[in-house]
Amino acid sequence: MNAMGLLNYWFVIVLMMIGFYVLIAQGNLVKKIVGLNIFQTSVFVFYISMGKITGATAPILDSDWSVYSNPLPHVLILTAIVVGVATTALGLSLTVRIHEAYGSVEEDEINEMDE
Amino acid sequence: MMNHLPVLQVIIPLLAAPLCVIVRNGQIAGVIAVASSWVSLWMAWKIFQLVQVAGTISYNLGGWLAPVGIEYRIDTLAAFVLILVTLVGAVVTPYAITSVKKEIDESKESLFYAAFLLCLSGLLGIVVTGDIFNVFVFLEISSLSAYALIALGKDRRALIASYQYLIMGSVGATFIVIGIGMLYVMTGSLNMADLAILLPELPSNRIIPVAFAFLTIGVCLKLALFPLHVWLPNAYAYAPSAVTAFIASTATKVAIYMLLRICFTIFGPDFSFVKMQLGAILLPLSVIAIFSMSLVAIFQTNVKRMLAYSSLAQIGYIVLGISLFTNTGLTAGILHLFNHAVIKGSLFMALGCVMYRLNSVDLESMRGLGKKMPLTMGAFLVGGFSLIGVPFTAGFISKWYLIQGALEKGLWPVALLVLMTSLMAVVYIWRVVESVYFSEFGGSDADEITEAPLGLLLPTWALAILCLYFGINGTFTVLAASSAAANLMGVGS
Amino acid sequence: MTYPQILCLIVAIPFMGAGLILLAGKYHNLRDTLSLLVAMVLCGTVYQLIEPLRQGNFTQVTLLEVTPSLSLGLSVEPLGLLFALVASFLWIVTGLYAIGYMRGHHEKNQTRFFACFAIAIGGAMGVSFSSNLFTLFAFYELLTLCTFPLVTHHGTDEAKKAGRIYLGILLATSVGLQLFAIIWTWNLAGTLDFRPNGILAGTASNRVLSILIVLFVFGVGKAAVMPFHRWLPAAMVAPTPVSALLHAVAVVKVGVFTILKVAIYIFGLDTLAQLGSTPWLRWIVAATIILGSLVAFTKDNLKARLAYSTISQLSYIVLAALLANEFAIIGGGMHIAMHAFGKITLFFAAGSVLVASHKTNISDMKGLGRRMPLTFAAFFVGSLSIIGVPPAGGAWSKWFLGLGTIEAGEQGLLAVLMVSSLLSLVYLLEVPIRAFFSSPEPDQEGTGIQEAPWPCLLAMGISGGMTVGLFLFPDFLYEMMTMVFAA
Repeated sequence: MNAMGLLNYWFVIVLMMIGFYVLIAQGNLVKKIVGLNIFQTSVFVFYISMGKITGATAPILDSDWSVYSNPLPHVLILTAIVVGVATTALGLSLTVRIHEAYGSVEEDEINEMDE
Repeated sequence: MMNHLPVLQVIIPLLAAPLCVIVRNGQIAGVIAVASSWVSLWMAWKIFQLVQVAGTISYNLGGWLAPVGIEYRIDTLAAFVLILVTLVGAVVTPYAITSVKKEIDESKESLFYAAFLLCLSGLLGIVVTGDIFNVFVFLEISSLSAYALIALGKDRRALIASYQYLIMGSVGATFIVIGIGMLYVMTGSLNMADLAILLPELPSNRIIPVAFAFLTIGVCLKLALFPLHVWLPNAYAYAPSAVTAFIASTATKVAIYMLLRICFTIFGPDFSFVKMQLGAILLPLSVIAIFSMSLVAIFQTNVKRMLAYSSLAQIGYIVLGISLFTNTGLTAGILHLFNHAVIKGSLFMALGCVMYRLNSVDLESMRGLGKKMPLTMGAFLVGGFSLIGVPFTAGFISKWYLIQGALEKGLWPVALLVLMTSLMAVVYIWRVVESVYFSEFGGSDADEITEAPLGLLLPTWALAILCLYFGINGTFTVLAASSAAANLMGVGS
Repeated sequence: MTYPQILCLIVAIPFMGAGLILLAGKYHNLRDTLSLLVAMVLCGTVYQLIEPLRQGNFTQVTLLEVTPSLSLGLSVEPLGLLFALVASFLWIVTGLYAIGYMRGHHEKNQTRFFACFAIAIGGAMGVSFSSNLFTLFAFYELLTLCTFPLVTHHGTDEAKKAGRIYLGILLATSVGLQLFAIIWTWNLAGTLDFRPNGILAGTASNRVLSILIVLFVFGVGKAAVMPFHRWLPAAMVAPTPVSALLHAVAVVKVGVFTILKVAIYIFGLDTLAQLGSTPWLRWIVAATIILGSLVAFTKDNLKARLAYSTISQLSYIVLAALLANEFAIIGGGMHIAMHAFGKITLFFAAGSVLVASHKTNISDMKGLGRRMPLTFAAFFVGSLSIIGVPPAGGAWSKWFLGLGTIEAGEQGLLAVLMVSSLLSLVYLLEVPIRAFFSSPEPDQEGTGIQEAPWPCLLAMGISGGMTVGLFLFPDFLYEMMTMVFAA
């Protein structure tokens, strides 16, 4: 296999690192969630890529095709996407509450207020 | 009906949760929660008995056979952890009825119970399932509801704590998903038992160790092993009392259960401990956790926070037992997993009683409380002694096995460290005892402080008595833990 | 009643007594009578065990199985019976004394005091009849915890500080070293039962066992081997009856008793004698004997002086265990009893002085003997026993200890014993000599006889009389100690 064949996976790694970096480096609570989303998206791509088989079609029985993509990872990642949406929703609603309570969504400002 | 116990174990709290939302009445929702948690406990007990007699139970969800269908698989370890989780659930829900009224808005009460039951069913699901992707799903069910529960705390810092937990927890969960994906790529299976057969047959490659690393790090985030623990102290300190008691005793324990499943059942002890040398990583980390967290606990003034740090040290003990990679060590780990849950449950519930009356759990405000709330503080004392590991309390037995395990491997400095840190536990518990029993009451409203209501005391004492019971008659826990350990060590060898 | 039942009863009686005392708390006379009565019943019950033991009835009973490998068990053996007899008999005497002292001194919280006292005796009974190390350890810790409220009885900052030292040292040594040693023992031998000739012989190398005995000697903090002795002087802030019974008899003797038990029934004397560390330990313990005596010299506070004397005397018994031969063990076992009777008399006298004339310092006691002749006479008799000269019981135990050193080929240690006896002669006899032969301070002259309340005097009389009695009739103690080896 050459490097191009693994292109998807390279993107997965790049996305993952971008997401992870945003997650760690950003002090803004909303941006952190954005980072988390990018991080999770990379995993979605990872799952979708691994189900794909070159030259295969969608897994719907058809007399013209004999090779099908693996549907299972796609189904799995559907679940993970749902979970990701729930996490994002919860995280954002927490951020709203935090903004109500502190009047800020910047981590350092909030920490100062609690000192 | 008995055949369907494994699935009912998860389904009943899962269905009770939306029911709570529908009724919209805090009182009725509370009753539903209590009823379903008690039924869960009963089922867990039945399952445990069944496993004792018939060995590992396998249940095919919807009749689809493994490895294609989802399999629920319950061995001794799973049955033991089931009992633990449902036991704590069954004790905390009645406690919550009184405690929640004071700490949470009336309009949110029914939602609280819904989230609580979801969390319970998520944790139970992790334990019963034999399918690794299923683990992730249940993990997220329990985690998401736990974030919401923690955010219900009165203090605004609860929101920050919950947020931090959410970020860390999601990263951990995502790590786990990555690991699962890699395993699936390599084997084409998600069934744990199936993976255990397929993995050793694979030719040596780099992906399996990477998958292993992702999975263990993800789980270690969830179980708050040093240095991945930063989310825990605040989350425990600012959550509502009932939530702290429940999550402290179950969530991290179930995460440890996941660690055991991954290391022993899926990858097999040979791969995890011999090839990957997991023990060599976990041992120093757990030793540092035990020592540093005990030290930090000594300097806390908020007693709830102090116990949170002590929890981190105790998690260290459990992981230490696992990292020894011997029968005795593993027994000690599983034993302490159970005992510590009971101990911490009783301690946090006693603190909840204090919170109920005082609205504070600061060391300073608890002065002289021994005379005002003798029963509450009595339960705290029992739990505290148990945490230290005084003979005839549950903590003594698990520490006994832990030290045995360390000595068996010739690690006597580790054994000594366990004893030394027990002394540190003496220091932080004794600070509370001295403030409570040997100081004069300092508050101005001296007459208003009375004993906590019976609704809180009874559940608190139920766990406190269990602390003593498992210390005086440890046969049940020791046998269960040692047979679970033997089971784990035997797989794959 | 069967013997196992009697055995359980013995451990249960003090705890039931504590319950009764708490119930009767408001009625002072009833409470004090009950406390005495319980002590008498206990002593009588312990006495019942002597005859069956002579006939070789080593009753054993398992109360409960904590785990498959740990159990709470009781058994009778001569050394334990001897200790239990001493402790329970002296409880009666101290109970009598405490009534006079606590009332004469107007102490507060008397109910808590008597209840904790009873629990402490229960702990001592549990230790003396324990059939394995785990049981012993459990009761040992119980004793530590339940004596804490007694030490901090006055509730002052000084008392609290002392309480922290007390608890800190005792818990740190017992958990950090002793428990470690116990678990290690289990790891080596697979059992913790006390068995004749020990359980450790041949289970591990000389080096490992050498470390183990060091852990035991220092881990049993209640034996007050230096440098873990600071808790004993600290505990002297407690009311005198506590110092008398607990910190001269029950608690400290539990410590040395534990070491004797470990030496005889865990290591086995033959194994112990061959260990590489034993000779070293003997000299460390000998250093405690001498240093304790020397520090006692510097103390002007009578109770502090007695405390350091106790530290020194306790190490005699630890030394006996480490000499590991029959003579020494007989001497050590007898010294448990002899020192108990002698030292309790001394503490009673010290407390009486405090009650009757509110004096704690030796330098203030000039000429006091003329006002309190009986008290200082008792003190004199007690001193003789500690020094080890006839006609007091201490002479016998020191005689056997001396024989033990020769048997072990340690003539140097014999010299240590002699020197220490001489030292104690000086620091103890200084007190009655000052009291009888110095002329009193001018402002305190001539108020006639001013003795302590009669219960105190009676108690002193009994314990002082027993000290002499044990010199004249030591046969019983000797018989008990030889039975240790007959088994």
